[in-house]
Amino acid sequence: MENLIALLIAAPLLGAAVLLVGGRRLDAVGHWIGTLLSAASFVIGLVLFAGLLGRDAGSRTLIQHLFSWIPVAGFQADVTFRLDQLSMTFVLLITGVGSLIHLYSVGYMEHDERRRRFFGYLNLFLAAMLLLVLADNYLLLYVGWEGVGLASYLLIGFWQHKPSAATAAKKAFLVNRVGDMGLSIAIMLMFTTFGSFAFGPVFSHVGDTSQGKLTAIALMLLLAACGKSAQVPLQSWLGDAMEGPTPVSALIHAATMVTAGVYLIVRSGAVFNAAPDAQLAVTVVGAVTLLFGAIVGCAKDDIKKALAGSTMSQIGYMVLAAGLGPIGYVFAIMHLVTHGFFKAGLFLGAGSVMHGMNDEVDMRRYGGLRKYMPVTFITFGLGYLAIIGFPGLSGFFSKDKIIEAAFAKGGTEGWILGGAALLGAAITAFYMTRVMLMTFFGEERWRNQPTRSPEAPSAEPAAEHRGEHAEPHPHESPKVMTIPMIVLAVGSVFGGAFFSIGDRFLHWLEPVTGHSEGNSPVSAWTVTGATMVCLVVGVAIAWAQYGRKPVPAVAPRGSLLTRAARRDLLQDDFNHVVLVRGGEHLTRSLVYVDHTLVDGVVNGTAAGFGGLSGRLRRVQNGFARSYAVSMFGGAALLVAATLLMRAV
Amino acid sequence: MSFPLLTVTAALPALGAVATAAVPAARRTAAKWLALVVSLATLALAITVLVRFDPGGARYQLTESHAWIADFGVRYELGVDGIGVALVALTALLIPFIILAGWHDADPLETGSRRWRPTQGFFALILAVEAMVVLSFEATDVFLFYIFFEAMLIPMYFLIGGFGDRAHEHGEETASTQRSYAAVKFLLYNLVGGLIMLAAVIGLYVVAGNFSLQEIAHARATGSLHMATSTERWLFLGFFFAFAVKAPLWPLHTWLPNAMQESTAPVAVLITAVVDKVGTFAMLRFCLGLFPEASKWATPVILVLALISILYGALLAVGQRDIKRLVAYASISHFGFIIMGIFAMTSQGQSGATLYMVNHGLSTAALLLVVGFLISRRGSRLIADYGGVQKVAPVLAGTFLIGGLATLSLPGLAPFVSEFLVLVGTFTRYPAIGIVATLGIVLAALYVLVLYQRTMTGPVKPQVSAMPDLRVRELVVVAPLIALLIFLGVYPKPVTDIVNPAVKQTMSDVHKKDPKPEVEAAK
Amino acid sequence: MNPVNYLYLAALLFTIGATGVLIRRNAIVVFMCIELMLNACNLAFVTFSRMHGNLDGQIIAFFTMVVAAAEVVVGLAIIVSLFRTRHSASVDDASLMKL
Repeated sequence: MENLIALLIAAPLLGAAVLLVGGRRLDAVGHWIGTLLSAASFVIGLVLFAGLLGRDAGSRTLIQHLFSWIPVAGFQADVTFRLDQLSMTFVLLITGVGSLIHLYSVGYMEHDERRRRFFGYLNLFLAAMLLLVLADNYLLLYVGWEGVGLASYLLIGFWQHKPSAATAAKKAFLVNRVGDMGLSIAIMLMFTTFGSFAFGPVFSHVGDTSQGKLTAIALMLLLAACGKSAQVPLQSWLGDAMEGPTPVSALIHAATMVTAGVYLIVRSGAVFNAAPDAQLAVTVVGAVTLLFGAIVGCAKDDIKKALAGSTMSQIGYMVLAAGLGPIGYVFAIMHLVTHGFFKAGLFLGAGSVMHGMNDEVDMRRYGGLRKYMPVTFITFGLGYLAIIGFPGLSGFFSKDKIIEAAFAKGGTEGWILGGAALLGAAITAFYMTRVMLMTFFGEERWRNQPTRSPEAPSAEPAAEHRGEHAEPHPHESPKVMTIPMIVLAVGSVFGGAFFSIGDRFLHWLEPVTGHSEGNSPVSAWTVTGATMVCLVVGVAIAWAQYGRKPVPAVAPRGSLLTRAARRDLLQDDFNHVVLVRGGEHLTRSLVYVDHTLVDGVVNGTAAGFGGLSGRLRRVQNGFARSYAVSMFGGAALLVAATLLMRAV
Repeated sequence: MSFPLLTVTAALPALGAVATAAVPAARRTAAKWLALVVSLATLALAITVLVRFDPGGARYQLTESHAWIADFGVRYELGVDGIGVALVALTALLIPFIILAGWHDADPLETGSRRWRPTQGFFALILAVEAMVVLSFEATDVFLFYIFFEAMLIPMYFLIGGFGDRAHEHGEETASTQRSYAAVKFLLYNLVGGLIMLAAVIGLYVVAGNFSLQEIAHARATGSLHMATSTERWLFLGFFFAFAVKAPLWPLHTWLPNAMQESTAPVAVLITAVVDKVGTFAMLRFCLGLFPEASKWATPVILVLALISILYGALLAVGQRDIKRLVAYASISHFGFIIMGIFAMTSQGQSGATLYMVNHGLSTAALLLVVGFLISRRGSRLIADYGGVQKVAPVLAGTFLIGGLATLSLPGLAPFVSEFLVLVGTFTRYPAIGIVATLGIVLAALYVLVLYQRTMTGPVKPQVSAMPDLRVRELVVVAPLIALLIFLGVYPKPVTDIVNPAVKQTMSDVHKKDPKPEVEAAK
Repeated sequence: MNPVNYLYLAALLFTIGATGVLIRRNAIVVFMCIELMLNACNLAFVTFSRMHGNLDGQIIAFFTMVVAAAEVVVGLAIIVSLFRTRHSASVDDASLMKL
């Protein structure tokens, strides 16, 4: 059965190769090839899953060794895959949600002449992401890690003719590279410490080294996770990444790739468990990001950017949980999976709305859409209820557990983290209600509104087919798009309950991640109650602001905080002033230095010799008599020297 | 006596050069084909060398040795170790692509131009360079090496000075002046390096009494040849200076951007992917082999210079407006990695450095040749003159992107393997330097992606709107390179197997052992 | 008479010739001064021959005369052609090599 693991990756990789190399001949069928191979991977995943279920919990780890990748003295990197409960969970999430989104894209990208290429990139992404979660050593994981970065780069910048998309893609790749630096340093540290960077040897020898080293490794892994999962301080790329087509935002920037950081931390649990300082840093990053993302999400009028803020915030929850150690690992992954369902569903819903609205993204130009798009409304609404943690839906189970675990950390830290998580829940309820109300309820603000205002240029070039300034005619999307939305909505409704009843998910993952029950200072019911209160407060405030009163079609100036949040809490401005400007000055002055100083020395030497020979040339003045003088002078000198030598 | 395979591998392109030059001017297409066939035959010979080479066998194989200038102990001695074999194969592999990519680069200019471009000369010079580069990879006699190390400057000089990009925004006069400047700078800079090396070569003879690399290294190892510490250091510096100019290492790098900017793309590939490799190769073979103690003495300074090269080259690449200059500075950054790997004195570092030489050759060739195709279409080297090429020429843009991704060492492509090995190898012994060098990967992403964004994406500029996509000849050049980049990124074992034993020997030359990990978890 | 005195005379003549070459501009005079130097050398050679009692010096003196004769032919030809083109016999006027 192990031999099937490589096929998981091979199927989408083959798709990517065929679609990208195949050229225009495949334009007509390309999207179906891509979808089929993605589904094939999902089926293989299901087969493997059934196989794993057939074994007892202790022996559910499959290893497939393919070949020796980089054999150099003392340095062994192999292409070896590890399929255990953790990676199996990811495989199913990636291929399952991935296949649904492939299907959705068939409809969504219908009018794009480069659709074949889009599917090629999507397949490339799947292959890289599967490699990431199936790798058995950190270096191979790194290949997948950068591979998803590349796919993300290609897909964010898919509409390359738009400078904003190209810039966003570049930014995403660069910020991710900063994180990758952390991963490569972590691998180097592992190599010098353990002489290996394969999971098995590293995890089993964690106890043999100093805590300082482990903390350093763990912090570097955290840096990597921050880059990939858009955590503070490397979060700035995610909002801009919404320049990509909406299916991309759903698959890569909501459900799968951005959660890779959480995977990395949970996978490296053994290292983090032995480095409490690093764990504290993880929880702090998670808590700060969950608030940061939530606040940003409150202020955005662009539906995708609001959802992006929400993604950031939800991943903050997962990172927070992962930082709590064995108490939280399982719940981090559980939230990751349920989030994969509902956030992908929400994004697909947003895409469906945009599809029906001439690709308008500004929620202030939406309103009252529930009548026109019933399926989208219902699926989006279920996703909404799931994300805010409505009792009984997915988000309720997974988020609640994380908040509990945060309190259970104990001490002041526990109270602060738990409080932050609770506050985050309230803000989540607020901004998601805001999105819901602005989009599906209230006045129909799109009437008599030409779309494609200069501030919000169309994200989708398909709009060109439908005329630029026509009033939008909201309509429901085709079946090929709504079916994935319905499936995901079902997942977001029942997923949490399915996982939690009888602690199924816990028992499934426990052999890999370990689990411990903490001593919470507050009872589980108190936490649930507090969460519910927060939820109600959040929804109520949002209703008071956006439900009761009409929403202005032009954004009001807003408070200082709102304005800062619209600008991503000024982080981009900081980056611009310090990194971009500073970098420009640095490179410009270095170019100057290279030209004048380094090359100046070279050219100066040449000029010096030139000048010297110019001087010496004057001696050759052409007067025979002056040559004669020098001859006689020389002869006299020689004679004198000879005599002198004789005398001595 | 066995068949002199190494001599033939070098002699074939040399004879080919003569034959190509002798083709009458009217039959210039025949000259091109002749050059191509000769280069392919050389490739076949190089592959034979590769196959005949036994990685587990003696250090130097396929050796040939004949007396030459007996009075001075100069011998005609050839032999290859794993590193030499890899580089001979790289050279022989790249030359056909260079010839094919430069197929029209030396065609006569339009009527009315006063410049004379000898088409056959262009291809003959390329083959001449190939012959000399191959010989310098094969020579195990210091004097013999020195001769080819210096002699290859002459054909290179004519290639840079005589053949530039066809179109130029400032007109032919200015272009010609700048080209001469670049060619003279290249020649003088390298001659100065060579002169200092010559002094060191003579000094070595005075001390050792012969020029044979193997004999001297053996005598040093057994203690029968004693060198005073200061003598060894001076001789080392003499050799190293020449190699550092050729490599090039900061701050001796300024000839490279000029030379690459002014020459045609295939010649630029020849400079950076082939000729410059002789510098780094010679550091491994001669500096470390002949002067192990002095190499260790100089290591800290060289590592710092290499680190500066890495960051400085990358930062300057970001600031360039000329595409070819950008690639030149990127290469300076990459050479910094190679030199760092060599002098980190670990197996991973040196294997990585050797692998890096091969991979850098492939990745730079891929990127630069596509850049050449791009420039030949628009007639400008300035980044600002392009935009939106992706829309009109998607295949060109795609290959350009892959070349760029290889340059930024994306995992899955060959350069990643070598770059990571160099970083790990450096980190195990010098953690601080390893960490700072890692910054290079972020900067590499910056200059590559900025270049890609400015030239390929965005709205289509009117001047590029009629740009044709890659032609068949151009695809034939790029596709195999890309395939190799991917193959060696996924499965570098064939190369590492050849390189590893040679690196082990070099490590024992310098009496260095890899640092042990704190915990032996791998066992 | 002491042969050394001839050597003094030769040295004197040579110095006069050399000074003439250096300070005079007229090509004919310079030329004559060169001849004077050659003859001073000849005198020295003959004197040495006498002093050492062998004929080597005398033979070389003959050689010198032959060379001097050849030189006169070539030199005068150059001077004449110079005078024809420049209408001057000054050596300073013939400075074509000067940049």
